[in-house]
Amino acid sequence: MIDEYWTFIVIIVAGFLATDIWRWLGVVAGNRLNEESEALYWVRAVATSLVMAVTAKLIVFPNGSLAESPLWLRLAAAGIGFAVFLATGRRVAVGVAVPMALLLAGLWWTGFGNR
Amino acid sequence: MSPDSDDRSALSWFLTGMRGMLSLPALILMTSIVGFSAFALESGLTRAEAVFMSFAIWALPAQVILVGTMASGANIAACFLAVTLSSIRMMPMVASVVPEMRTKRTPTWLLLILSHFVAITAWVFAITTLRNVPRQHRAVYFAGFGVTLTTSGTLVVAIFYGIAASFPPLIAGVLFFLTPVYFNASIWASAGQPVVKLAFVMGVILGPLLALVTPEFDVLYAGIGGGTVAYLIDRWRRKRRRAEKGGVR
Repeated sequence: MIDEYWTFIVIIVAGFLATDIWRWLGVVAGNRLNEESEALYWVRAVATSLVMAVTAKLIVFPNGSLAESPLWLRLAAAGIGFAVFLATGRRVAVGVAVPMALLLAGLWWTGFGNR
Repeated sequence: MSPDSDDRSALSWFLTGMRGMLSLPALILMTSIVGFSAFALESGLTRAEAVFMSFAIWALPAQVILVGTMASGANIAACFLAVTLSSIRMMPMVASVVPEMRTKRTPTWLLLILSHFVAITAWVFAITTLRNVPRQHRAVYFAGFGVTLTTSGTLVVAIFYGIAASFPPLIAGVLFFLTPVYFNASIWASAGQPVVKLAFVMGVILGPLLALVTPEFDVLYAGIGGGTVAYLIDRWRRKRRRAEKGGVR
């Protein structure tokens, strides 16, 4: 019984509450919070580093079928794609389309999935 | 849409908010949610769990971290800690939107409910379009977008969970890549302050490196360590800039 619902309990406690606590605090802080305060600079920096650490790990150590692809290809696709994104006015569409196209071309070229 | 035109009904502003679904960022988010549903499936979540998680959390990084920590067999406290630390960014995101969204009469309970729909895409939508909406309709306008986006995203998980399972490895692999690539671009593009860009770079470098050294606490260390270093560099940079300005006088 508990086993059956345990994952949902984990999602509610470690997912919903763990996330929405910060959203609710954000509402409470609302007007009072000073956008220029030193503490907020630090909190923002920690949060950004944390999310980017997760993101970079998804590229370097992916789950599922992408784990079978060569690391150099994923790094090159993400790296070159990001460079193009920076050079062409930082449009999110470019930053997504270019690395995706590079990865697709690279996977096709290395015969991914046909082995 | 001039800010002082007040002749339109709340419903009409709700529908205008809904139309934001047809924008490029919303489309990209939907496709990266397809990527998440493949990730959830490959990590062993059931369809119901993936759907519930999408609506209950509504923040892709937190969802990815929770799936990852759950899959690694961490206990509920460790999962909570990892997810809550990744969600700290929600507080400044929500706090920066709330003053622009509320009027003096907006009830706090409404803002608490609406805050659930704030994630990267909705936050960017809010800071770029709220100013074009009359103040008394901003909450309902944001609700139109936020509720529709979250509901659509959850439906996408429900629909694509099974389809993602039958994807050939090439398609599944490419879709998995969409999520990190989308975060790379959207977080950098929405970074207003240099400290965020510094922290971005620190996280990208430290995340994979620390994964090799301390696989259990890599994300935590990369976040706190990388973020603190980024903050200190930025503070030193700001102080020096102030000192230079002072020296000119």
